[in-house]
Amino acid sequence: MTTTTIDDAPFIEPSATAPRNYLNDEYGVLSWLLTRDHKRIAVLYAISVTVFFMVGGIIAFMMRLELLTPEGDLFTSDTYNKLFTLHGIVMIFFFLIPAIPAVLGNFILPIMLGAKDLAFPKINLLSWYIYMIGGSFGIYVIITGGVDTGWTFYTPFSTQYSNTHVFAVTLGAFITGFSSILTGLNFLVTIHRMRAPGLTWFRLPLFVWSMYATSVVIMLATPVLAITLVLLMVERTLHVGIFDPALGGDPVLYQHMFWFYSHPAVYIMILPGMAVISECVAAFTRKKIFGYKFVAFSSLAIAFLGFLVWAHHLFVAGISIYSAMVFSFLSMIVAVPSAIKVFNWTATMYRASVSWQTPMLYVLGFIGLFTIGGVTGLFLAALGIDVHVHDSYFVVAHFHYIMVGGTIMAYLAGIHYWWPKITGRMYPEWWARLSALLVFVGFNLTFFPQFLVGYVGMPRRYHAYAPEFQVLNVLSTAGATILAAGYLLPMIYLFWSLKFGRKAGTNPWGAVGLEWATSSPPPKENFHETPVVTWEAYDYPAFLKAMRETQHG
Amino acid sequence: MANPTLHDLQHPGSEEAHVPHHPFLQHHFEDLGQQHEASTLGMWFFVAQEILFFGGIFAAYTVYRVMYPAAWSAGAHHQNWRIGFANTIVLIASSLTMALAVWGAQGAKRKFTTLMLVLTLFLGMTFIGVKAFEYREHIHEGLFPGSAFTYVDHEHPELTRGVELFMLFYFIMTGLHALHMIIGAGLLIWFIRRSWRGDFGEEYYSPVEIMGLYWHFVDIVWIFLFPLLYLIH
Repeated sequence: MTTTTIDDAPFIEPSATAPRNYLNDEYGVLSWLLTRDHKRIAVLYAISVTVFFMVGGIIAFMMRLELLTPEGDLFTSDTYNKLFTLHGIVMIFFFLIPAIPAVLGNFILPIMLGAKDLAFPKINLLSWYIYMIGGSFGIYVIITGGVDTGWTFYTPFSTQYSNTHVFAVTLGAFITGFSSILTGLNFLVTIHRMRAPGLTWFRLPLFVWSMYATSVVIMLATPVLAITLVLLMVERTLHVGIFDPALGGDPVLYQHMFWFYSHPAVYIMILPGMAVISECVAAFTRKKIFGYKFVAFSSLAIAFLGFLVWAHHLFVAGISIYSAMVFSFLSMIVAVPSAIKVFNWTATMYRASVSWQTPMLYVLGFIGLFTIGGVTGLFLAALGIDVHVHDSYFVVAHFHYIMVGGTIMAYLAGIHYWWPKITGRMYPEWWARLSALLVFVGFNLTFFPQFLVGYVGMPRRYHAYAPEFQVLNVLSTAGATILAAGYLLPMIYLFWSLKFGRKAGTNPWGAVGLEWATSSPPPKENFHETPVVTWEAYDYPAFLKAMRETQHG
Repeated sequence: MANPTLHDLQHPGSEEAHVPHHPFLQHHFEDLGQQHEASTLGMWFFVAQEILFFGGIFAAYTVYRVMYPAAWSAGAHHQNWRIGFANTIVLIASSLTMALAVWGAQGAKRKFTTLMLVLTLFLGMTFIGVKAFEYREHIHEGLFPGSAFTYVDHEHPELTRGVELFMLFYFIMTGLHALHMIIGAGLLIWFIRRSWRGDFGEEYYSPVEIMGLYWHFVDIVWIFLFPLLYLIH
C-alpha cells in the first residue's frame, strides 16, 4: 500500500467548471416534490427527519426539566404522561426508523451498487409521501392535546380507558409503517437486481449487507405491527374485547404481537448504524475490514435472531417460566453476532494509522456506547435481574445507550462522512470535532446516572420521585443540556457549510467505494457510464489503480 | 426477427438484442430483462410482506380458537358453507382466467388477454357481491360486533361473547381479504385499458404477470379463510 494520506487525497477534481449534478439539474419546488431521483428523495427525508428529531428532542428536554426536582412542579402527571408518550412515538416511528435507511441508505445505496437509481423510483417517492402523511397525524395529535398511553399502546388502557387521541396516532404509526415497508422492498430488489457488472455479493460494501438485513427485518416485522394496530383500532372503535380481559380478550396477546414487531424494530434502528460504522472504520483506518464475511453474515444473524427474542419484554407480564427461560437464552445469543462486529471493527483499527476526522470520533463513541448498551442488554436478558430492574430507569438508560449512543452517533458519523458527497462541500472540521465531543460527554452525563438511579429503584414514567434520587437526576438534566448543544451545533455549521464550506472534490477521504468514484455532488444518473467493479471490498490498491486508469483512459 | 424475446434481451450477446429505447423501458434499467426481473422480485417480496400481515391475524385467530373452542364452533354454524363454497369456485375460476391472461400477454394475443382480464374482473366482482350479500345477512341477524351486536345464543347464553369475538375475526379477516380484492380490481381495470391499447407483448408483459402473482396470492388467502371460518366446527 502506498503512503498516501488523507490530506493529499489522489482525486481532487481538476476542472473549475461547475458540471451538472443532481442539485442544479432542475430548479423549483415541484422539481423536488415530484422528483424520482433517490438523491433528492434522500434530501427530502433528511429535512423531514431533522424536523421530527427537533420535535422529539424538545419534548425530551421538557421532561428533563421536570425531573430536575423531586416534586412534580412543572407539569401535571397527565401532561408528563403525554410528554414521554409523544417523545417515544416521534423519536421511534418518525426519526430513528427512517433516519439512516431513508436518508443515507437512499442516497448512498444505489451509488454503492453502481445503479442509476433504486429499482422503483416512483415507489420511493411514494414512501416519502406516506411517511409525511403518517407524520402529519403525529403532529396533529401533538397540537390537539396529545396521547398518554406510552409509545407501546398497551391494552386495555389504550383501547378502553385512555380518552386521548389514541386512534389518530396509531393510524399515523400504521400509515408510516407502509413507508418503511416500501423502502425495505425497494432496497432488497435493488441489491438483488441492480448491481453493477463485476459487483458480486462478496464485493459489496458492508453497508449494503447491513442494509439488506435491515430491509428483511422491515419487510417481515412491520406488517405484523400493522395488523396489530388494526386490531387495536377496531377494538377502540367498536368496543369489543379482542384484548380486553373484561370482554374475554387477552391483553398479553397484544404484548406478544406488538413486540413481535417492536423488538425486531430495535434491529431496524441499530443495523443501519452498524452499516455506517463499517464504512467509516474502513475509510479512516485505510484498511480492509477484518473478517469481512463474519461482519456481513453477523448482520443477517442479527436479523434472524432478532425475530426470536420478543418475549423478553414480557418477563413480568405473566408468561410461563419455561418460555421465559427460552427467550432469556435466545436474547443472550443475539449478543454474539453483535460482539463479532465490535471485535472486528476493533481488530481493523488495531495497528492501523487511524485518522481522527469527525466521523471517526463518532465511530469511537458508537463502539464504546453500543458496547455498554449491549452488555446491559445482557443484564436485562437474565431473568432474575430483569424482574428486579423492570420498568426502572436502568431499562431507560439501556435502550438509550443503544438508540442514542448507537444509532444517533452512527447517523451523525454517516452525515459527516457523506456530507461532502451529498453537498459537494466540506463541513468545518474543528466545529465538528467540538460537537462530537459535546455529544459524547453530554450523552454519558445524561444517561449513565440513569443506570445508577434505576438500579437503586427509580421507576420510569413518573414525573415525581423520591428526594434521594435528586443528585443523579440533576446530573442527567445537566448532561441533556450539553447534549442539546452538541446536537444544535451541527445544524448550524452544516447549514453554514452549504455556502461557505471548502469544495470537497470527488474523494476527499481517499476512501474505497463506488460513491467515491463519482463526482461530488453526483450527477443525476450517478455515473456518466455504468462502472465496472474489478476490486474486492475495501481493497485500496486495486481501487486506486482502477480509478487512475479511468481518469487517464 | 422483429420482436426479440425476453431471452434475447437477457442475453445481449445475440445480435437481435439491441432494441434501443423500448417505450416501456424505464431509464434506470439496463434492459427489459433486468426491469422484468426487478418487478417480479418486487412482487414476490410484497407477497412475503402480505403473508406476515395476514399471519398476524391468523395467529390471533388461532389463540382464541384454542381459548374458546365451543364459541368458535357456534360461530361457524352461522356461516352458510354452500354460499362460501360457491364463492370459492368463483374465485378459483378467476385465478384460471388470470393465469390465461398472463399466457395471452406473453403471446401478444391482445384480444384474448383483454377478454381474460375482463373475465377475471367480472368473477372477482361476483365474489365481492356475494360477500356483500353474506355481510347483509349477518348484520340482519345482529351478528355485527360492537353496539350493533344484538344476537343472543339461546341454547348456550354463555357463548354469546365468544361468538361476538368469532364474528369480529370473521369480519376483519374477510374484510381485509375483500379490500385486497378491491385493490386488485382497480389494478385490473387499469391493465384492461393497457391491454386493449396493445401495450403488452412478447418482450413486455411484466405488469400482467405480477398482477397475476398478486391475484393468486389473494385467492390463496381465501383458500385458508374458507375452512377456518366456514367448515371447522
